Amino acid sequence: MSKIVVVTSGKGGVGKTTTSAAFAAGLAKRGFRTVVVDFDVGLRNLDLIMGCERRVVYDFVNVINGDANLNQALIKDKRLDNLCILPASQTRDKDALTQEGVEKVLDELRESFDYVVCDSPAGIERGAMLAAYYCDEAVVVTNPEVSSVRDSDRMLGLLASKTRRAERGEEPIREHLLLTRYSPQRVDKGEMLSVDDVREILAIELLGVIPESQAVLQASNAGVPVVLEESTDAGQAYDDAVARFLGEEREHRFLVEKRGFLGRLFGG
Amino acid sequence: MASTVGSVEQAAAFELKGRMATLTVLRLLTPDNDTLNRQLEAKVAEAPSMLRGLPVVLELSAVAGASADQLALWLETVRGQGLVPVGISGAGEDVATAARERGIGVFPELFGGERQSPKPGSSRRSAEPEVLPGRVIDQPVRSGQQVYARGGDLVVLASVSPGAEVLADGNIHVYGTLRGRALAGVQGNREARIFCRSLRAELVSIAGQYQLSEHLGGDGAEGPVQVYLEDEALCIVPLEA
Ligand SMILES: Nc1ncnc2c1ncn2[C@@H]1O[C@H](COP(=O)(O)OP(=O)(O)OP(=O)(O)O)[C@@H](O)[C@H]1O
Ligand SMILES: [Mg+2]
Repeated sequence: MSKIVVVTSGKGGVGKTTTSAAFAAGLAKRGFRTVVVDFDVGLRNLDLIMGCERRVVYDFVNVINGDANLNQALIKDKRLDNLCILPASQTRDKDALTQEGVEKVLDELRESFDYVVCDSPAGIERGAMLAAYYCDEAVVVTNPEVSSVRDSDRMLGLLASKTRRAERGEEPIREHLLLTRYSPQRVDKGEMLSVDDVREILAIELLGVIPESQAVLQASNAGVPVVLEESTDAGQAYDDAVARFLGEEREHRFLVEKRGFLGRLFGG
Repeated sequence: MASTVGSVEQAAAFELKGRMATLTVLRLLTPDNDTLNRQLEAKVAEAPSMLRGLPVVLELSAVAGASADQLALWLETVRGQGLVPVGISGAGEDVATAARERGIGVFPELFGGERQSPKPGSSRRSAEPEVLPGRVIDQPVRSGQQVYARGGDLVVLASVSPGAEVLADGNIHVYGTLRGRALAGVQGNREARIFCRSLRAELVSIAGQYQLSEHLGGDGAEGPVQVYLEDEALCIVPLEA
């Protein structure tokens, strides 16, 4: 059965788009027919991170307005042939996405894909709620700092009350916590909240911890979802998270600084 | 010179006092601004001395789906008729945000969703003790959420996040950590208490007497505690096992 997964956070710049790309690629790598949808109208970052920005012809808003059909707008990933991207438009008009339009497109995507991953814009306003409204599962991306945790908490409250499942009294959305940009050294120094602090406040299942990593920026500059960079720490952490999302048990890694003094001196 | 500055700083510029005040609630029954204006004008004409300058709370739960623009119109109308809107209640998040931006306070739900209109024949308000059911919440109360148990106790089976607010006319029980704001006895019941498994609250209040987090004893308040009112002071004491 097809599932809609929203990647959301409240706070901006915490790693939603990075996560959406990694998750979609990770699911596709495991054989699931996956599409990742950019809901960030006006900013359009996902196609850059997926490395397909030059192949964008039509976008989400074109499909909603009937200027193009879905097949014309979907971009097939070059690396994984069961992965597609539905880019956002560059239009300035945030109201271009309508509730009915979004529902229609998502319903159509459900027919041909196992997973529909929705990359939410920041905030808790209309755009973010549109991305979340129809979801079955939510990956709540949080950085280990007070303001990000607070925003994630708000978003969890909205997921539990302002989504279609909530409004219809259906089974609640499955909520997953993904802690990103985690730096064990900074936690030790007391500059960041620890995994346990964040878990205690948000009180939802921990899907994974993604370390703060150079590999993320390098991958996004190269237009490769970081999960496909299998030798990197962030790539492995995302792979673990996708595995857990699918029900596999995996030990949490990257929670402590492993390298010793010399390793830190010489390590890259 | 330094001492002058020092003494200036020491004289407290203000005091925060939690006090109950009665406010008139203007419950909007139609979204139609012209009708509102007309009827309000007539009402004010009847009793100008009573209504001019009267602080009111705009209660919006009966006009579901109100927009921020509508709110702007209504506020203008109410002000135009000489009333002073100080707050709103019963509105969605968008309208609440718009109100805050205009310096208008946002009150907790004054008319809960479960409120029923009195059934015919239920007017036999006999001497039977009235036991109100209270409200049980089995989910965390998250930042930005507000839960009010009208007329009874509130039981929260999870935690209350920072930035969340729980209110009850009766007692408040939190079977998780209380990190947000908890206000018991909000209609003035001085017997109301707050019980929680762990107290890290931003604010606790009973019958309008409140204390902010910096006075809650910080780390000393680990473990289950209760909060009650004795004379004019809030007492926070550990619960004996
Ligand atoms: N684990 C990480 N380590 C280092 N940098 C990271 C990590 N995750 C994300 N970043 C960087 O943080 C920045 C923001 O990431 P991203 O665009 O994914 O966030 P976002 O939540 O989608 O932002 P927005 O709210 O603007 O849509 C990017 O520069 C990205 O490279
Ligand atoms: Mg983004």
